[in-house]
Amino acid sequence: MTLVFLLLAAITILGFGAAMSLRNPVHCVVGLTLGLLGLAALYLQLGAQFVGLTQVLVYVGAVAILIIFAIMMTRSSESAEDQTYSHSWRAGVVLALAVFAVLGWAVHFGSTSIPAQNVMPELPVQTIGDALLHRFVLPLEIIAVLLTAALIGAGVLALQDPVPETRGPR
Amino acid sequence: MIVLSPSNIERIDQIFVLTKHWLMGYVPAVAQPLTSAILSVLPVLIAFPAIFAVTTLLERKGLGRIQNRYGPNRTGPWGVLQPMADGVKSLTKEDIVPATADRWVHFFAPVVMVIAAFLAYSVLPIGRNMVVVNLSSGVLFFFAIGALVEVAIFMAGWSSRSKYSLLGAMRAIAQMVSYETPLVLAGLVAVMATGSLSTVSIVEAQAQYSHYLPNWFVFTPWGFAGFVLFMIAATAESNRSPFDLPEGESEIIAGYFIEYSGFKFALFFLAEYLGMFATSGIAITLFLGGWSAPFSFLTWVPSYLWFFLKLLAITCGFIWIRGTLPRLRMDQLMHFAWKFMLPMTLLNIFAAAAWKFFPVGILRWLGCAVFLAVAFVLLTRGLKKRGDVSVRQYRFAD
Repeated sequence: MTLVFLLLAAITILGFGAAMSLRNPVHCVVGLTLGLLGLAALYLQLGAQFVGLTQVLVYVGAVAILIIFAIMMTRSSESAEDQTYSHSWRAGVVLALAVFAVLGWAVHFGSTSIPAQNVMPELPVQTIGDALLHRFVLPLEIIAVLLTAALIGAGVLALQDPVPETRGPR
Repeated sequence: MIVLSPSNIERIDQIFVLTKHWLMGYVPAVAQPLTSAILSVLPVLIAFPAIFAVTTLLERKGLGRIQNRYGPNRTGPWGVLQPMADGVKSLTKEDIVPATADRWVHFFAPVVMVIAAFLAYSVLPIGRNMVVVNLSSGVLFFFAIGALVEVAIFMAGWSSRSKYSLLGAMRAIAQMVSYETPLVLAGLVAVMATGSLSTVSIVEAQAQYSHYLPNWFVFTPWGFAGFVLFMIAATAESNRSPFDLPEGESEIIAGYFIEYSGFKFALFFLAEYLGMFATSGIAITLFLGGWSAPFSFLTWVPSYLWFFLKLLAITCGFIWIRGTLPRLRMDQLMHFAWKFMLPMTLLNIFAAAAWKFFPVGILRWLGCAVFLAVAFVLLTRGLKKRGDVSVRQYRFAD
């Protein structure tokens, strides 16, 4: 629990808390971006360089931009006038605490099965690439097919109306 | 008079590193990590804004001469005090915030943009042993930071609550997102050739000499194509002419930073030019050999001097292109990115992979060059014949 970890954790919680509780959707997006950056910094602090930087590249560079475009294209920018909390928020808090308890129990009792290592294993990008192309090549190809399908589907959805007939020059 | 003995040459080459070690000797052990970080970062914070100031003057004079007029020549001899005049002006202008603007987002947008622009310099090897942080995935870090700039542009464009700024922000983000893929793919070939994502390793792989010619990647067919594609994508990423529709003065009156005045406008200006320098710096690292000298008998010149000379050359190229080419329309921009640049970068990756598997010699040079030339000609002819230069069809979203 070093000072760096506490600072990064505070930034992350602040960002995600702002994303949940602010009323203006644009403020929520900015808070979400801050939380995602805090998560990436936590990954980097743990020594997982590739994961941390890919988190920035994918989450901040693609997911946050996607949400930004969704807000810009629709007119959901005005703040909600009425109460944005749901009526059953007490049940929600109880459920969240129950999930947290289960996760904490699993992490605490599961961590004894992994032998304690004093030296962090080096995980250069080459190891990840080797694993992706040797051991996990089938999931990689399946994900590639899925992404291609999603891309083609998005293109088809955007091309709903047929191309209008072109008229020759008068 | 300094005798150019080998030890003296190395001393001049490493003078900044040696100065830092000497200063660290005077710092108590408890403050060493923080002071080391500050001393590594300070030269970047001083040098690149200074280069920015000089570049604004160079650009205005250069553009002026291209357009057959003098540039600024009233402030000091040949206008050399113009950056100082600009600085004083931007500091003393009134900071106008629109009444309906989103105050905090409006305030933080230029801050985020400048932070992102400065962060990108931390993986650039400016000289031998002169990199702020030697990350093992430095290239990935650089491209990840580019994503932060897009968020800052959105914050600026949205919070101003103005039609022009929102339109400009949408165009700018669409353009930057579209050109990010060719940028990364074009830079990927250098990573493929080196086998490492670390910028220091990429430069060291190019700092070898065969006979007296350097091993820079730009002198290979895939490297040359990659460099050209990277520079085009970099011009689009920094919203520079001919890709500056989101911020062209005659189109949209400065686009996403239309409601910014005074110092915040200067911060945006600074961030844009810093982004340009950072992308040029990565291009120099990936393709032009970083800090290495062009000929093996010129290695006595300090390594940082070569980096800045190459940066100067690329900046002059940017200014030249700005003064020469007309602006691209938004749909022409997008067509160019998705229909030409993306296939070209993918084919370039094929060529780079083929390069590694051919035996060393003239055969692989000819093979890759012919492959890329044929691909380029077929792609351009094919796109032209399909009538992409005709009257465009509007297709509105429902």
